[in-house]
Amino acid sequence: MMKRVATKPEPKVVADVHHPLEHYFRNERLPHIWCPGCGLGTSMSCLAAAFDHLKLDVDDVSVVSGIGCSGRLAGYMRPDSYHTTHGRALPFATGLRVALEKTKPGHKVVVFSGDGDLFSIGGNHFIHAARRNIDLSVFCVNNFNYGMTGGQVGPTTPLGSKGTTAPYGMFEHPFNLPYLAASSGAPYVARWTTLHVHRLQQAMEEAIQKRGFTFVEIIAPCPTNFGRRNGLPTGLDEMRYYREEAVIENFADPKDAEIIPGKPFIVGTFVNEDKPDYVAIYEKFVADHFGVTVK
Amino acid sequence: MNKKDILAGEHFLNGDVACAEGAIAAGCRLFAGYPITPQSEITETMAHRLPTIGGFFLQMEDELASIAAVLGGAWGGMKAMTATSGPGFSLMMENLGLGIMTETPCVIVDVQRGGPSTGLPTATSQADMMQARWGTHGDHEIIAYAPASPQEMFDQTIKAFNQSERYRQPVLVMADEVVGHMMERVVIDPDKIEIYPRRKPSVPYEEFLPYRGGADMVPEMACAGEGYRVHVTGLTHDERGYPDLSVESQDALMHRLIGKIRDNADQIIEVEEENIRGADVVLVTYGIAARTSLRAMELAEQKGIKVGMLRLITVWPFPLKEVRKIAGAVKGIVVPELNLGQIVREVERAAAGQCPVRLVGHAGGGLHRPEDILTAIEEVA
Repeated sequence: MMKRVATKPEPKVVADVHHPLEHYFRNERLPHIWCPGCGLGTSMSCLAAAFDHLKLDVDDVSVVSGIGCSGRLAGYMRPDSYHTTHGRALPFATGLRVALEKTKPGHKVVVFSGDGDLFSIGGNHFIHAARRNIDLSVFCVNNFNYGMTGGQVGPTTPLGSKGTTAPYGMFEHPFNLPYLAASSGAPYVARWTTLHVHRLQQAMEEAIQKRGFTFVEIIAPCPTNFGRRNGLPTGLDEMRYYREEAVIENFADPKDAEIIPGKPFIVGTFVNEDKPDYVAIYEKFVADHFGVTVK
Repeated sequence: MNKKDILAGEHFLNGDVACAEGAIAAGCRLFAGYPITPQSEITETMAHRLPTIGGFFLQMEDELASIAAVLGGAWGGMKAMTATSGPGFSLMMENLGLGIMTETPCVIVDVQRGGPSTGLPTATSQADMMQARWGTHGDHEIIAYAPASPQEMFDQTIKAFNQSERYRQPVLVMADEVVGHMMERVVIDPDKIEIYPRRKPSVPYEEFLPYRGGADMVPEMACAGEGYRVHVTGLTHDERGYPDLSVESQDALMHRLIGKIRDNADQIIEVEEENIRGADVVLVTYGIAARTSLRAMELAEQKGIKVGMLRLITVWPFPLKEVRKIAGAVKGIVVPELNLGQIVREVERAAAGQCPVRLVGHAGGGLHRPEDILTAIEEVA
């Protein structure tokens, strides 16, 4: 049995070079725990690049995550970050965002979590946060399985795909996340893969800038647990799959955004509309009726 | 906080409304809840009041979300509360643990009703007392109040907020349906209300360790956007707040989390003693059961039995020392409670065989008959 050690050895400094995005990271926490070929590192880089491009100060944004591989992202990013309970990132972020309207208006709240966290155990919270139009930027890394716990199937696992709790293939239909988000009322819905890094970064920027409940699905590889059981054993195989089958189509009907293995699937912006968010409606009402400000 | 937002003066209020007003007086400006009886008037009062004073009222999709939003609100720099009953309290156990682990100040009110499961949705019980203590998984300490009147619903909700800030932990107000729904005089003097403020960092970012306890083992709290770049996790963490899943880290964290309550218990524990000195029998009771017990005391005195009462204002931490001292000086202890034996176990443990301890249980849905308490008093006298 491997011996647990309390602290990691200090990394040896080989050259005094700095990464242009390092101020967004807790460098003392890196390297991360994610597997080779995993899409989470790419997604995290895109998020930091989006912060940087928006000139978002590290103290003007908070990152909230749930539990799972994606949930660990909060622990690697330098802003105030909250690693909550499984499925509860959105209601936690709801309270945080609402409170910040009083304590620090303009502060951004980003929720970054996985498909199982946001859509299985947290599914109810997702539809309600979208319905309320809480001003949150929600980024969901969809790798079609529960990676951290060993490759169990989840609510986005395609019909017939294999996982450790579906050794004969998935018997259930999956969620179509853009369709679910759009029909729940989200005013911004997009989907990209970790192959489309520039478009993903751009979508994250749009989502962060837009006030309201904004949602970006990030299709990402999990070669360790999902890919190798489903004919895509390396990260590169997944990238090839995205290059061959991802079809860019903006403002497609989200109903058509189903993902069926081996078949083309749509990526792009599905919804981008203006809609007053919960806090804006609330603030206006209390100002008009009671002459008070929440700030 | 503006004193004019407090409901000052003398009022005829039900306990639930008094609780909501107490929260407002304590500075609570964020409430997240979900409809459930018999706490409904707390949520409804907050929905009515908070928008008028610049607070936020959130009706969430369930109790899981309610407590999560309260924790988020606290990290956003606000004082936050939720209130629930019965099944809703069960749903909150998960994030009560997150609140303890992340040392998040907030208040959770449980207006108890009969259970298990749907049980008695509109009728009283005190059967969640052990769930309050041990309901969330893992080792931990709890602070819980047991109000016995609308005035105490007001006063103890304020105390709960103060203790949650003082010890940086969710604090429970364990009310019950009768106290929640009874209407009584409540006197509110805003000038006499003391507020314990949030413990803000006293050092700059570079020197700040968000999970290093002070002399009393309680750390200072940097909220979102204050420039301290804090990482908050439900995982076992070191003083920086970073996950560290080692035996050593778990040991240090658990000793501090438990120690900050256990070692400060004398400052937290609050009891009310009545006629203890020279008593033959002492009633150890709490909440609404203590009020029924007053009539039993009168009946016993008419029969020449000297009866005292130790009323638990805080049920958790349990006043072990106080009960142990009484047990060594009386013929017997009687414990009336609206369940079939929860706090009586703690009393037995504290009494440690020094005197007989009798439970006067009640399955819930109504209150004790004073005569039943009297019978138990006579048995041990």
